[in-house]
Amino acid sequence: MEASMYDFLTGPMLWLSLGIFLIGMLVRFVLYFRGLSWQLDRVAYKAYPLQGLKGAVNSIVKWLIPFGTYGWRKQPFMTVIFFGFHIGAVLVPLFLLAHNLVLKETIGFLLITLNPLLADVLTWAVVVSAVFLALRRIALPEVRILTTWYDYIILLLAVAPFITGLVARYELGSYTFWLTVHILCGEALLIAAPFTKLSHIVLFFASRAQLGMDYGIKRGGMKGKGMAW
Amino acid sequence: MNPNNKIAGAILSDAALSLFHKKQRETSKFKEGCSMPEGKFCNKKPVETEEELKALLGDTGGKQYYEEMKSLDIDHELLWKTIQNTLKSRMKTWLEICAHCGMCADSCFLYLINDQDPRQVPAYKIQSTLGELVKRKGKVDNEFMHMVMETAWAKCTCCNRCGMYCPHGIDMGIMFGYVRGLCYQQGFVPWEMKIGAGMHRVYRAQMDVTDEDFVETFEWMVEEYEEDYPGLEVPVDKEGADILYTVNAREVKHYPEDLAEAAILFHLAGENWTVPTSGWEQTSLAMFAGDWAACKMQVEHVYAAMERLKPKRMVGTECGHAHRATVVEGPYWAGRSSGKPPVESIHYVEWLAEALREGKLKIDPTKRLKKPVTLQDSCNYVRNNGLKDITREIMSYIVEPGYFMEMSPNREHNYCCGGGGGFNGIGLFRPQRNKALITKRDQLLHSGAELVISPCHNCWDAIRDLEEEYKIGIKWSFLKPLVISMVEIPEHLKPKE
Repeated sequence: MEASMYDFLTGPMLWLSLGIFLIGMLVRFVLYFRGLSWQLDRVAYKAYPLQGLKGAVNSIVKWLIPFGTYGWRKQPFMTVIFFGFHIGAVLVPLFLLAHNLVLKETIGFLLITLNPLLADVLTWAVVVSAVFLALRRIALPEVRILTTWYDYIILLLAVAPFITGLVARYELGSYTFWLTVHILCGEALLIAAPFTKLSHIVLFFASRAQLGMDYGIKRGGMKGKGMAW
Repeated sequence: MNPNNKIAGAILSDAALSLFHKKQRETSKFKEGCSMPEGKFCNKKPVETEEELKALLGDTGGKQYYEEMKSLDIDHELLWKTIQNTLKSRMKTWLEICAHCGMCADSCFLYLINDQDPRQVPAYKIQSTLGELVKRKGKVDNEFMHMVMETAWAKCTCCNRCGMYCPHGIDMGIMFGYVRGLCYQQGFVPWEMKIGAGMHRVYRAQMDVTDEDFVETFEWMVEEYEEDYPGLEVPVDKEGADILYTVNAREVKHYPEDLAEAAILFHLAGENWTVPTSGWEQTSLAMFAGDWAACKMQVEHVYAAMERLKPKRMVGTECGHAHRATVVEGPYWAGRSSGKPPVESIHYVEWLAEALREGKLKIDPTKRLKKPVTLQDSCNYVRNNGLKDITREIMSYIVEPGYFMEMSPNREHNYCCGGGGGFNGIGLFRPQRNKALITKRDQLLHSGAELVISPCHNCWDAIRDLEEEYKIGIKWSFLKPLVISMVEIPEHLKPKE
């Protein structure tokens, strides 16, 4: 029973959830850019493609660097827990050895894999950062006023695969049970992503690119040194 | 005629406009059968005639206007239709992906100055207004719209600083500009803003200054200075000049010496310049009001002057929002896909820096400012048009080395003067505005400067008001009078004894 469950979850269910995730995210990304309007947004996107591209790249890259912007430097605690969460959240699912073994079984190739110790550290960083992200929502009035139950659900959805992954990895309780729960959580995350705030996985890049184009084309990108994010 | 026919709401393109008119024809049929309480002054109809404008002005302080607003109905159908037609990808995504992280809080000077009131967090302000409007599909009541109006005009100056501090790049200033359009459409707009937009509709100027007033005042001011500057003139409607100069109607009405100063500096720099008899007003209170149709009318009027007189360039006066309206946003209101006005258009600081750099104007080094000086970066052309270094280049010419001190923060990270986006002019929100001035007051105090140079009318006004309110002993000035006090007059332009 458990074996067939595992086969199902790492077989058809994996393909289904990956498919929903990849196609869904692609659709969100494409629809975003198709929905931009030079007149409503008041940005002449098409007239200045190079300046737009330059602005977009600058706007994205600066914000991907920890402490790379005024915003990050202004809030060092948030920066640490933000990157602590996101670096692991992106790298571990993609490059964990165990994940790649599943891939190898099904499609026969191996991506670059993370050093197991580094994978442990990154996963713990995700979980600990998530706890602080939640505490921050409770502790800071300016975050509390914005927070809804939906924000906690999204955070839980995002961190659940990491918590269950750790439980399975340290074999607390039944390994196969926790592994199954871990895979379920991961697939739930993949399926939910295109339809929830988790769509920011791609829409972050889209939205940052848009504001970058706005600054690059219209708001001074063609005058002087450009925007100091 | 259905008053809504002339209301553009938050739309920009002609296609969207025609869609609207169709929609409004449909709703007018519906309205004939039921009453929609519309006030005499407070209603959904823009001010279109001089008579209406005078009547509205006669309602001192908007007493009756605001009283009427309390029973103003909301056209839910029109509101929701407008949102559906104009709230697209960019803003929809902004509202959706906001992570509620609160990182924008610290970026907002109104949050900081109001004792870090969580209700002043930019994300909260926009989610509780535009976010709710979308969620409720426009079905909101009068009380809600009052709250939206106060948030859009008294809790946001559209300085766009928060957009720089949001990891997702969500610019709540842009969204509040949009919200203002929705408010204007529904008649929930501060009294002065309705008047301001009406002024543009009636006079194509933010004040009751006619084309005749403009030309006469300019000529009269130039005559006043003719003795000191022989040959000083104001070339009117000259075709093919190098520079077409446009102004802020406040200068004509309240600070006419500014016109003379502009003429003097062009004269001394040997520029081939002109002013148009019509289309000389660069500002747009319609932009502050969210009256997009009036924005379009106003800016097209200026562009028509450019097309008529075919100058090489347009130079605007020392004003922030005027530059934003005519040069940065205007092309889009006018439907220009290039995103540019018909001729290259620059801010006064760009012209001045160039004239000083190229030696068209020479500063007498002994007359440079030898007291602590700071510079006010205007949101509208610094954060929103990148002119951060060029103003500092001007400082390097006119301030004795060692006397220039920066405010903190500065350049594109500078705080709003406290009176931007129309805040200065709204009586109803004066207490909030006065509190907002404290940010700039403290920035000025920390800079240690005795003089703040403010090449922006709005900032200039806010700093004057903060001095009046808080008496910190700061002096403030535009660039023109300072440069005139230290510029070398070429031999051939000196008056004969």
